[in-house]
Amino acid sequence: MALAEPDELGAPAGALMPQSGPCLAMRLLRRPCAVIGLILLAVILFMAASANWLYPDDPLDMVALPFLWPGDDPAFPLGTDMLGRDLIAGIFHGARVSLAIGVVATFVSLLIGVGIGLLAGYHGKRLDQGLMRATELFQTIPPFLFVLAVVAILQPSIPAIVLAIGITSWPGLARIVRAETLKLRQSEFVEALIGMGLPSWRIILFHILPGTLAPIIVSASMMVATAILTESSLAFLGLGDPNVISWGGMVGAGREVLRTDWYVATLPGIAILVAVLALNLLGDGLNDALDAKQHQ
Amino acid sequence: MASLHYWARRLIQIIFVVLGIAVINFFLLHLAPGDAASVLAGEAGAASPDYMAALRAQFGLDQPLYIQFARYIGNILTFNLGFSFRQGLPVLDLILQRLPATLLLMGTSIGFAFLGGSALGVLAARRVGRGADIVISTVALLFYATPLFWIGIVLVVVFSVWLDWLPVGGMSSIESGYGGIAYALDVARHLVLPAVTLGLFYLAAYTRLMRASVLSVMSRDFIRSARARGVDERRLMRRHVVPNALLPVVTMLGVQIGSILGGAVLVETVFAWPGLGRLAFEALFQRDLNLLLGILLCSSIIVVLVNLGVDLLYSVLDPRIELN
Repeated sequence: MALAEPDELGAPAGALMPQSGPCLAMRLLRRPCAVIGLILLAVILFMAASANWLYPDDPLDMVALPFLWPGDDPAFPLGTDMLGRDLIAGIFHGARVSLAIGVVATFVSLLIGVGIGLLAGYHGKRLDQGLMRATELFQTIPPFLFVLAVVAILQPSIPAIVLAIGITSWPGLARIVRAETLKLRQSEFVEALIGMGLPSWRIILFHILPGTLAPIIVSASMMVATAILTESSLAFLGLGDPNVISWGGMVGAGREVLRTDWYVATLPGIAILVAVLALNLLGDGLNDALDAKQHQ
Repeated sequence: MASLHYWARRLIQIIFVVLGIAVINFFLLHLAPGDAASVLAGEAGAASPDYMAALRAQFGLDQPLYIQFARYIGNILTFNLGFSFRQGLPVLDLILQRLPATLLLMGTSIGFAFLGGSALGVLAARRVGRGADIVISTVALLFYATPLFWIGIVLVVVFSVWLDWLPVGGMSSIESGYGGIAYALDVARHLVLPAVTLGLFYLAAYTRLMRASVLSVMSRDFIRSARARGVDERRLMRRHVVPNALLPVVTMLGVQIGSILGGAVLVETVFAWPGLGRLAFEALFQRDLNLLLGILLCSSIIVVLVNLGVDLLYSVLDPRIELN
């Protein structure tokens, strides 16, 4: 029997891979929830992209009289806070910070979670046991308290917040990826690749990883949502980066004037709600679309 | 004998978690800029090198790292979590003082979320696709995406500032000097807003999960055959569908207990509730790292213990499941 080229044998891995081409997009667009999620996400992305262009001034600068209520002055449609800062400019600029932190922190967790899941699932035995014990340990520590401790120790700054969220939110993903990897590891095509002497890093990276992409994509979208919530909670407690504006920080600052000028604290919270809702809807939609694909 | 084996394994797990977190804590403490001596010296305003050296010797900070580490682990295994210089009390005493308030808040929230979420989930599943389902599912989706602290703030504006029905914060009206039942009622009044704030997110999560779970159980064969045998709809729901559908919700409760503890920090800060979360917040801003890391350790132990409880609850709900 002639030995096939490794890449030809890799074909079954491609078949297991979720098709992320037009077919998935069509499936997604057929779900009203996912469409609403995409529209809301587009609004947030537009706010982030246009912040510097629509509101070029520093959103932390005083630009008008303090306590202008929404609608008082057409130049400041959402009014100003107790320091005369334009709320709508803050919300637009806050979108940049929230999205950036959410995406980068999720990327950090993806690196850790997917890496550990692949290694544990592929190699099994002692390595698997050790890694899963560590994963359980990280799952036991209350994530938000863990984030608080890390940020308090490293001092509040964007890199510290990203790192803290990244190193605390990977355990769930690691378990999912491990389970998928275990399934693929036992399949015939992986046995064949091993028999052909392909190095394990190539098998893992080019033949197993693609097969685990579907749950990773769904988790990633939910993880960005959670990271945005965590970042805003940190900023609300006063542990945000003091040099940038953040939705959670705006809510926290507005608490001081809650009795009289409640709009200062409540308006930025709606932005957080919209961003998180968008990502959750998108995640649900992706989950259904990819699931239906696999059941075909 | 299976259960003896189970308890032995659980005990080993708890020890492993405590040791693991102790290692992480030690690592974090040494990552922090400056040590306890420089913090204390900074407090005092100025310090001579001699004084600093004396302080370091007193805390054992002049010892090699591995000796400090061994001492730290030894302390933790004997429940000595160190001393909070800010509050002037041992860390363990501070935590035990604040623990009951947090457990009361968490217990109430979880009860509210679990009962409310299960009931709404069943309601939505029974009217799937109709008005009630759409309303319940949409509201659950919204609360699932709303930050806890923002819900707290909105509830304060509506129920304390505008309507003046419930107190803004705190755990009791100190000046009233209530005792007995009057005191319990007073605490209950203070508990409503924080518990609802902490519970709404989980209520939304359990509603979504219970709805999906009931729908999946209803499509199983044993339900169809029970229906064919003529079991009436109410009994079918109560005896066959709900106990089975509750299993994933109970699992989720165990998984989320750590996240509920994290939420308690936010809620206790918004409502000045004198619990563990509020203590963590104070420790954070006073840079009282010993206290903060002690809270981290104790809350992780709470997570392990609650999961133990969830396992027991599981074997009650489904007698086929054995503890192993």
